[in-house]
Amino acid sequence: MFNSVSALPGAFSAGAATVSEAGLVGMVTLKADLTDKKVAAAVFEVGGAKIPGQRCIEIAPAGAIAWMAPDEVLIVCSHADAPGVVADLDAKLTGTHHLAVNVSDARVVFDIQGPGAREILAKLAPVDLHPDSFQPGELRRTRIAQVAAAFWMTGDDAFRLVTFRSVAQYAFDVLAMSAKPGGEVRYF
Amino acid sequence: MLILTCPNCGLTAEESELAPGGEAHLKRFGPGSEDADFEGYLFQRANPKGVHFERWRHAYGCGKWFLAARCTVTLEVFGTYPAQTTEPPTEIVNKIKAKRPDWSLS
Repeated sequence: MFNSVSALPGAFSAGAATVSEAGLVGMVTLKADLTDKKVAAAVFEVGGAKIPGQRCIEIAPAGAIAWMAPDEVLIVCSHADAPGVVADLDAKLTGTHHLAVNVSDARVVFDIQGPGAREILAKLAPVDLHPDSFQPGELRRTRIAQVAAAFWMTGDDAFRLVTFRSVAQYAFDVLAMSAKPGGEVRYF
Repeated sequence: MLILTCPNCGLTAEESELAPGGEAHLKRFGPGSEDADFEGYLFQRANPKGVHFERWRHAYGCGKWFLAARCTVTLEVFGTYPAQTTEPPTEIVNKIKAKRPDWSLS
């Protein structure tokens, strides 16, 4: 057996907001017809929340369910539970066209927390992050600087960002640089 | 800056989140077709100065393809519509005609 290790264990940077690597997080991608009642029931039973509306994220007891595309949801759970989530989904969706994959180890998760969190991301992503436009409950797939990423708010001034593990160091570096003292824009 | 609304996820995405896919509504000529038709399908493009129908992919977002009607001169966007559309929707054609009386769908 092997021990799973996250991409940048303990990575932490303090500035206008803190940027820290969240450690191991379980993530399961489910591709299926999201309007199918059988799929909705399986997601509810396995993930603990209903399928979110367009571009939304539903917080579940053990994680979250995020709308990624018209035919795709991401189930966030604990790292140890992810293989079980895949097995449960496959069992419940036997005979229904679907694809459930454990993508936990292909990803890295960062937490950005602090009063400058909105600004740090707004400097990197082409997204309107004004409090009037972006609030908890919404998930945004976009890019930060040059890499694909998705983020959502976990509270006031707190974001959770998911990106590919292969670009973990780059993503951490641009986030940390964006948060550097002296770089505040104070627009929001 | 070109800003298009993705009909698949409803976002107004800016150009840097999108990947261009060239001219839309091409008729495919595959195996068994005439060489001239195949060449035309591969290489011949209208490349108009003015109203243009294009394919775009929301590459950094939902990852889905969609189609857009825009003007290549002014960058005015007339509308976006699903990729599963074989010809420009009437609604968009009417919108273009209202703004460009000389233009017609050829």
